[in-house]
Amino acid sequence: MFAAFGTTCVLLLQGCSGWQSALDPKGPAASELAWLIWFFTGLCALIWLLVMIALAAPLAMRSRTRSDPLVLDPGAEHRKARAVWAALGATTVILVGLTLLSFFANRTLAAIGSDAELTIRVTGHQWWWEVRYENAQPSRILTTANEIHIPSGEPVRIIVTSTDVIHSFWVPSLAGKLDLIPGHENVLDLMADKPGVYRGQCAEFCGQQHANMSTLIIAEPRPVFDAWLNDQLRSAAAPVSAEASAGAELFLNRACVMCHKIGGTVAGGTVAPDLTHIASRQTLAAGTLTMSRGNLAAWIADPQGIKPGAHMPVVDLNGDELNAIVAYLEGLK
Amino acid sequence: MKRGLVVLLSATLALAACQREERDTRPQSALGSGEQPAPVTTLEPGGERPSVSDNKAAAFEANAFHLSEGKRLFNWFNCTGCHANGGGGMGPALMDQKWIYGSSIESIHATIRDGRPNGMPTFRDKVPDDQIWELAAFVRSLGGNAPSSAAPSRNDDMMVHPSENRLPDAATLGKSP
Amino acid sequence: MSSSDLTSERDLVPQATPKGDLAPERDGPRDTGLDDATLHRWLERTWRTKPGIIGALSSVDHKVVARRYLVTAFVFLCLGGLNAVAMRIQLSGPQRGLIGPDLYNQLFTMHGVTMMFLFAVPIVQATGIYLVPLMVGTRNIAFPRLNAFSYWIYVSGGIFAWASFALSMAPDVGWFAYVPLSGPEFGPGKRADVWAQMITYTEVSSLAVAVATIVTVFKQRAPGMSLDKIPLYVWAMLVTSFVVVFAMPAVMITSTFLILDRLVGTHIFNPAEGGDALLFQHLFWFFGHPEVYIIFLPATGMVSSIISAFARRPVFGHLGLVLSLIAVGFLSFGLWVHHMFATGLPKLGASFFTASSMLIAIPNGLQIFCWLATLSDGRPVIRTPLLFVFGFVFTFVIGGLTGVMVASVPLDLQVHDTYFVVAHFHYVLIGGSVFPLLGAAYFWLPKLTGRMMSERLGRWHFWMAFIGFNAAFFPMHLVGLWGMPRRVYTYPAELGWGNINLFITAGAAVFFLSFVLFTFNMLHGALRGAPAGNNPWDAGTLEWATTSPPPSYNFARIPVVTHAEPLWAEREALPVATGLRVDARELVISTVAEARPDIREKSATPSIWPLFAAIAVGATFLYSIFTPWAVVWGALPIAITLIGWFWPKGDPEDEE
Repeated sequence: MFAAFGTTCVLLLQGCSGWQSALDPKGPAASELAWLIWFFTGLCALIWLLVMIALAAPLAMRSRTRSDPLVLDPGAEHRKARAVWAALGATTVILVGLTLLSFFANRTLAAIGSDAELTIRVTGHQWWWEVRYENAQPSRILTTANEIHIPSGEPVRIIVTSTDVIHSFWVPSLAGKLDLIPGHENVLDLMADKPGVYRGQCAEFCGQQHANMSTLIIAEPRPVFDAWLNDQLRSAAAPVSAEASAGAELFLNRACVMCHKIGGTVAGGTVAPDLTHIASRQTLAAGTLTMSRGNLAAWIADPQGIKPGAHMPVVDLNGDELNAIVAYLEGLK
Repeated sequence: MKRGLVVLLSATLALAACQREERDTRPQSALGSGEQPAPVTTLEPGGERPSVSDNKAAAFEANAFHLSEGKRLFNWFNCTGCHANGGGGMGPALMDQKWIYGSSIESIHATIRDGRPNGMPTFRDKVPDDQIWELAAFVRSLGGNAPSSAAPSRNDDMMVHPSENRLPDAATLGKSP
Repeated sequence: MSSSDLTSERDLVPQATPKGDLAPERDGPRDTGLDDATLHRWLERTWRTKPGIIGALSSVDHKVVARRYLVTAFVFLCLGGLNAVAMRIQLSGPQRGLIGPDLYNQLFTMHGVTMMFLFAVPIVQATGIYLVPLMVGTRNIAFPRLNAFSYWIYVSGGIFAWASFALSMAPDVGWFAYVPLSGPEFGPGKRADVWAQMITYTEVSSLAVAVATIVTVFKQRAPGMSLDKIPLYVWAMLVTSFVVVFAMPAVMITSTFLILDRLVGTHIFNPAEGGDALLFQHLFWFFGHPEVYIIFLPATGMVSSIISAFARRPVFGHLGLVLSLIAVGFLSFGLWVHHMFATGLPKLGASFFTASSMLIAIPNGLQIFCWLATLSDGRPVIRTPLLFVFGFVFTFVIGGLTGVMVASVPLDLQVHDTYFVVAHFHYVLIGGSVFPLLGAAYFWLPKLTGRMMSERLGRWHFWMAFIGFNAAFFPMHLVGLWGMPRRVYTYPAELGWGNINLFITAGAAVFFLSFVLFTFNMLHGALRGAPAGNNPWDAGTLEWATTSPPPSYNFARIPVVTHAEPLWAEREALPVATGLRVDARELVISTVAEARPDIREKSATPSIWPLFAAIAVGATFLYSIFTPWAVVWGALPIAITLIGWFWPKGDPEDEE
């Protein structure tokens, strides 16, 4: 038992610095929540300890086993009754306190995003995230996938919904989770205190690849963010090498074009992630693989081996064709 | 007795169930396209030639997962653009019992893969072979040619027609309750 | 027990012959004045389960049915446990390829479904089927044929679910099967239908048991067992049964709606046509939260019984415990929304459910305090059942306190659907229910088998289970806070969850092995254990008044209850009532509050028809995942079997 607790304590210390951990808050909402978690945990641990003492104390005392079960000492019964009433009263007070505490914490959380400038619409798909940066000017609306860049130090409003099943958007180090429900629109306000990369993951079971549906929140200083946004609004880069040109040709004439979009080309599919700037992302397939030439090739060659059940089919390509397509996509910075 | 009955029931359902419930997403050979000499027409002098059966046909025809994937792809690939949810528009209707090139899954697969005269384009390079089989299986189900235990149910959309699993079985059209 | 004929025949049956036309010759021999051996011969002939396979299948003896239930539920526990072990092996390291997502999703769904619907609810109800009639001093449960029917329905539902698993068509949508994932568009095949219909089987069965239990407790209590003298365990089963009656219909409606959407094409959960996916969650959790208390409340009854026996005194605060049971029963219906805090509900509405979820901690706290007060009186006798009660307090308090944490809306947003919640509900369900059940097994199995289980193995078992359980589930709190969502079949190595998951898997292995030891101890005890005698623990309630195992008729003469702990109050001999017929299955029906004997009533005789009816109903349920017409065609065989079941026997009472 103590071994178990000891080990978990050691593991606890090592786990605090995770980039997807509720105990390692990087934003005001998560900080509020982490404080709340620690407070509840401390209080609960104390209560638990008191209960354990109350359980163990009579065993430690060298009293005798009762002989006649029905002979009760009225004085002792009275004392017990008082103790039980007192404990019950304390329980009630503590619970009322905790209720109020969580009520006010909820209000604090609600106040975070009241003056958000940036609105991002996140739509859940099996098993990736569609990310749309809203703008009053239609030409400034950006649609991308799986990675969400936000300006650090300012609140961002995220509107979440889904077109297929229920997903849940959860970036533990920034905020609590919120479900993406078809037919509903939910609003989550979050803010990253400092620039950094924060990992999030779908938290509502959504089918075969629920485990591989993650996202990255990339918080950057406002100027960097603006530059990124402008960069992303551009059409895709034209292929530079002969191999890449062959890849672009193949992309448009093979199965890829049926689902994916590459801005500036005829590829206009909207049912799969937008690939206009795929090479500028850090991961592939909703966080399943890190972005590299090898992983890109592996993913295209055998998506069903890497992410079984995902909607990306195995496309019949020979080695040269595969290399050409990878060369083209690699250039889409 | 009870157990015996259930075992018997499951045994009878076993074969159908296995085929209906399998969820195979990875083609047997990633590099073989299942290229087979499927006839483009069944018209032959001296009567109709029996269609060449493909070993893939059976695996897709009555498989609930593949049928539902076919339904998804039918929307994703905008088959509706010409065939209008199966009712027909620029392209022929798919819900009736008229099959210009035969109702077998092999012919429908060949139609999607190779195209047909009067406007049906070829999707040979655009859609992987297994997905063509899925589409073909779904197209059959639009006309009630798939077992209702495997045919797709309704979508979470506005309803345009009764779902495929509620269509009367083509074989017993007008006879079942 | 000797018969000190306190109550005369006339006292027992004052209104038995209201019209005075029950001619003596149509009445049979009574137990008044019969010597013990003759009485035994008569009663055994009247009440026994007939030999042979037909006799066994026709049995309506609550003890026989309960034994079957217990064995079946234990088998399902083992199967569900094996599921868990398979999942733990897959999760023992990052990116392990042992089990793919398709199978993994079926595994965790089957684990949840099996543990909730095929193990936890049936086993607590089965314990009730066995013990409640004994504790209230009657000869059989009310509606014994319904009770037998419930078992057959339950077992066919279980076989249905596991046969579908064998055919790789097991549900893969999680045990609460949210739409749209389980809906018509995203749940192809028959997998979600299997989920929906297996729910129907098990809910029909538990509703039947609940009705039988309620009537047994209200109308069949031994003379003198007024409301204040009902044992706490029986109170717990009564409240549980009421919760079942009000909660189960909600889930049957949910699963029926789901089937309708999938099979008939209704739009109940289709947002595009005016339905709503969230409706499913409301309906499901309106059942789902009380479900937790359906599993937990009987366990509190077991804990009260065990504590009372080993602390050598009545449980402190009997009235308070009864009231808190009832309060929990009511409150359990008012907090379903705390499972849905992440769905974006209006904030004030969600806060209301925080308050109601906190509120239920008060009666639960009261129970813990009363038990602690009971245990603090003198040194308790420490035997294996009590060790499990200690384990229960240790773990359940952790589960309850993490329950307070997840009841807080903002806090829940971080831990909802993570391994923290997995840890929480395993602490509540295993700590709060399985540990008491294991204690109850050591406590009451000697009554079932007539033989004691080994105390030494029992202690080994306890420590293995306790250490294994905590090692497996405590770290899950942490890994959940570190961001690991539940229901993932794998996770990347970079997140650093590998070591702790390996540790969890090791703990799970120890926990699993403890059940192997338990199985051995049970079998060994049942075959080779020391004879138990009537009352091995010198406990105070009525089930210990009869032999171990009890005879088919439970009590040779119906005891008269003068005290809440009758065996402690009447050390010499229990007063008994006489006047029941011995050639027919007669019970004493008593008044609800005072338990004054009111009338003699026939208890149903053995019948094969409940089995046939269960087959007809089961086949209808099975067929209805393929076509809605099953309901129409199935009505015919069901009607035929019910006609057989209720065919009049030509008794004078039937003709009146």
